Amino acid sequence: MGTQRRFRIWRGDTDGGDFVDFDVEVNDGEVVLDVIHRLQATQAPDLAVRWNCKAGKCGSCSAEVNGRPRLLCMTRMSTLPPHQPVTVTPMRTFPVIRDLVTDVSYNYQKAREIQAFLPPKGVQPGEYRMQQVDVERSQEFRKCIECFLCQNTCHVIRDHEDNKAHFSGPRFLMRIAELDMHPLDAADEEGVDRKRAAQDEHGLGFCNITKCCTEVCPEHIKITDNALIPMKERVVSLRFDPLARLLRRDRR
Amino acid sequence: MTEIERHDFDVVVIGAGGAGLRAAIEARELGKRTAVVCKSLFGKAHTVMAEGGIAASMGNVNSRDSWQVHFRDTMRGGKFLNNWRMAELHAKEAPQRVWELETYGALFDRTKDGKISQRNFGGHQYPRLAHVGDRTGLELIRTLQQKIVSLQQEDFDQCGDYEANLTVFAECVITDLLKDGDAIAGALGYWRETGRFIRFDAPAVVLATGGIGKAFKVTSNSWEYTGDGHALALRCGAALINMEFVQFHPTGMVWPPSVKGILVTESVRGDGGVLRNSDQDRFMFGYIPDVFKDQYATSEQEADRWYDDPDNNRRPPELLPRDEVARAINSEVKAGRGSPHGGVFLDVSTRLPAETVKKRLPSMYHQFKELADVDITTEPMEVGPTCHYMMGGVEVDPDTAAASVPGLFAAGEVAGGMHGSNRLGGNSLSDLLVFGRRAGLGAATYVDTLGSRRPLVRLADVEAAAQRAISPFRADTDGDIAESAYLLHQELQQAMNDLVGIIRKADEMELALKKLGELRRRADHVAVEGHRQFNPGWHLALDLRNMIAVSECVARAALARAESRGGHTRDDYPEMDPEWRHVLLRCTQDADGDVRVERTMQIPMRADLVDLFELDELKKYFTADEIPEGTD
Repeated sequence: MGTQRRFRIWRGDTDGGDFVDFDVEVNDGEVVLDVIHRLQATQAPDLAVRWNCKAGKCGSCSAEVNGRPRLLCMTRMSTLPPHQPVTVTPMRTFPVIRDLVTDVSYNYQKAREIQAFLPPKGVQPGEYRMQQVDVERSQEFRKCIECFLCQNTCHVIRDHEDNKAHFSGPRFLMRIAELDMHPLDAADEEGVDRKRAAQDEHGLGFCNITKCCTEVCPEHIKITDNALIPMKERVVSLRFDPLARLLRRDRR
Repeated sequence: MTEIERHDFDVVVIGAGGAGLRAAIEARELGKRTAVVCKSLFGKAHTVMAEGGIAASMGNVNSRDSWQVHFRDTMRGGKFLNNWRMAELHAKEAPQRVWELETYGALFDRTKDGKISQRNFGGHQYPRLAHVGDRTGLELIRTLQQKIVSLQQEDFDQCGDYEANLTVFAECVITDLLKDGDAIAGALGYWRETGRFIRFDAPAVVLATGGIGKAFKVTSNSWEYTGDGHALALRCGAALINMEFVQFHPTGMVWPPSVKGILVTESVRGDGGVLRNSDQDRFMFGYIPDVFKDQYATSEQEADRWYDDPDNNRRPPELLPRDEVARAINSEVKAGRGSPHGGVFLDVSTRLPAETVKKRLPSMYHQFKELADVDITTEPMEVGPTCHYMMGGVEVDPDTAAASVPGLFAAGEVAGGMHGSNRLGGNSLSDLLVFGRRAGLGAATYVDTLGSRRPLVRLADVEAAAQRAISPFRADTDGDIAESAYLLHQELQQAMNDLVGIIRKADEMELALKKLGELRRRADHVAVEGHRQFNPGWHLALDLRNMIAVSECVARAALARAESRGGHTRDDYPEMDPEWRHVLLRCTQDADGDVRVERTMQIPMRADLVDLFELDELKKYFTADEIPEGTD
């Protein structure tokens, strides 16, 4: 029942690389990661790919299939055009380590620069009370599996390495929105202004809401509509963000 | 040999899942310089795949719940083979550990009065599982990950260095533990990215490496589950117990083949889903074992009433402990009443409105839609058993999580005892938190007792461990053909699945042991192509040795236990035997790598805990001698 397909996989390391073609058997119901594993077992034992759960839950196997940012484990072969080679390339925004594996440490640095949850003073463990309707907004953002596909696709850093220092990307701007919407986060009491931090330290103003991040999110989180736009609207200082000013003017 | 990167820590935690992170948080909060070493990226550990929830008797939904009820359910689930002290600590401390997560920023689903919501699950008498939809494990891992970050931020504020007291070494694999005499002195590992070695000098090591599922062909486990911690413990002289007990989760996906084994959460049944065979029969009513007869509904009408009125009706048999449901499904399929792809039907579409399904089981909805073209709101799922959890693991002291080797600690799935012969759903995440914390505490306390007299790493041991790790690059094949790690792994998985799987027979297990001996020899001839930089062939070659060692423990212990209990079912000994209840099979490895199994006795349960049960129930499990005096 297997059919032969051609895979065109980028292989290389920090010194550069190129596409390598493989002809490989593909079976009914398989995903791209299955085929990569078959290549490892039969033709290219040292082909580097990052993966863990193979169930779309851990967000490890991010790469680009036919130029589209995807999870390899959730990309079914049947969804790809049948009569052309399948190209698989590493995420473009991050430096290559080897083959399909990239250095995603940028994301972990940014994660560390966001002030963590600040527990409310005087509320003991077990005494936290929150209504479902109030936690749901942040819960949507906490569905994030940190595959970093949104980071990879965001043109602010995809094409502009220089911006990385000043821009934390959709995943981490969404993290700030999540904390900002947490019903019991004590940022205000502690004198932490999360919205200002988003704007001044994490580059919210760079985002011009093209929704590329939302489109590639395997968890279908509405990053732009539910996290970034509301935060832009609530940012106190709008001086450096003409787009948010425009948005606000339109609403008047 | 070139200079090896070296780090000094007080505590090294191996594994960054729920248990490892909770251990690291505890050790760091007690002032210990702590390292977390993990095979994957930070935040990708297997815990992320847990779906249903965290069991803790907070009593938010049914106020009758208490630690005593949770303790009883846990012991029943494990068929009374559990280490009762662990089960006691677990039941008592789980609520505190869950509430603590809220102070780290976790956002659980809520009850109407704003408390943490709790859902029903197999084997739990009351709604007990704190949850976030069907992605509770993700919430747990992210919350702990973010707590680690917050501790690092504290250090940064104080001394300008995020990693002053707590460092995460991601994509870093430990290959051997190093000792000074009897005691732990450190560990040797390698960076996956570069293939370069890294040495840790530390008097305390916490194993939190999870399970062994990748030794089986059909499994819900991720690639990391290669029994590393189990094997590290064996190699450094610690003992493993309960290795014959492997949990096959009753509901894994069965089609398409490439996703076979992926978990379908028990919440589907907890929230109302039912199991049917090809005759459309709710077959579970025919599989209620004697020991559970009083607690489960005997008619569909009663079972259906239970969802709305649990106080006056008994629970549906779909919510029996996992071992019972898995065996029942296996029997139905064998009897020719299976679904088209060799499973049974799990249906929630005729039980709940589509919107409710999408809200309560969003991951399941997407998983089936995207991987199998099945819309679970309109049609049933096909499911079958999948290797899910290892009950067996490192023998530890319940209170401190200390193994028999000084300086070695273990928590979570890699530790043995807590779950006895079968784990209840939801008891894993709580186990991680309760014993992760205790392991961190135990390790920190141990380090304090050492003072300045710390064990020392010997250079010769480092070099020997390094040679062992790179040996696949220059395999000595003795004139035999060079072996492929990938193919040996496939053979191992097939053998374990077929011969030491859900139903076991003596002759098949003997066959398995022969095969494992052969695989062990052939594994020495595995040859790796390419260089050491991010080379998956090499990584698998090293993991393979661990899987083979652990598989041998499973097979030897399973062959020795001549009864059926929990996650160990013998076709040739189908009954549960009270004479075996208090027997623990203890696996150790000798210098040649051979596994030995010896029988040890479980410590009798403390009297006040025995009193929590009715005598009639105890009689189903205990021998006559074990029944308390002064009773009929």
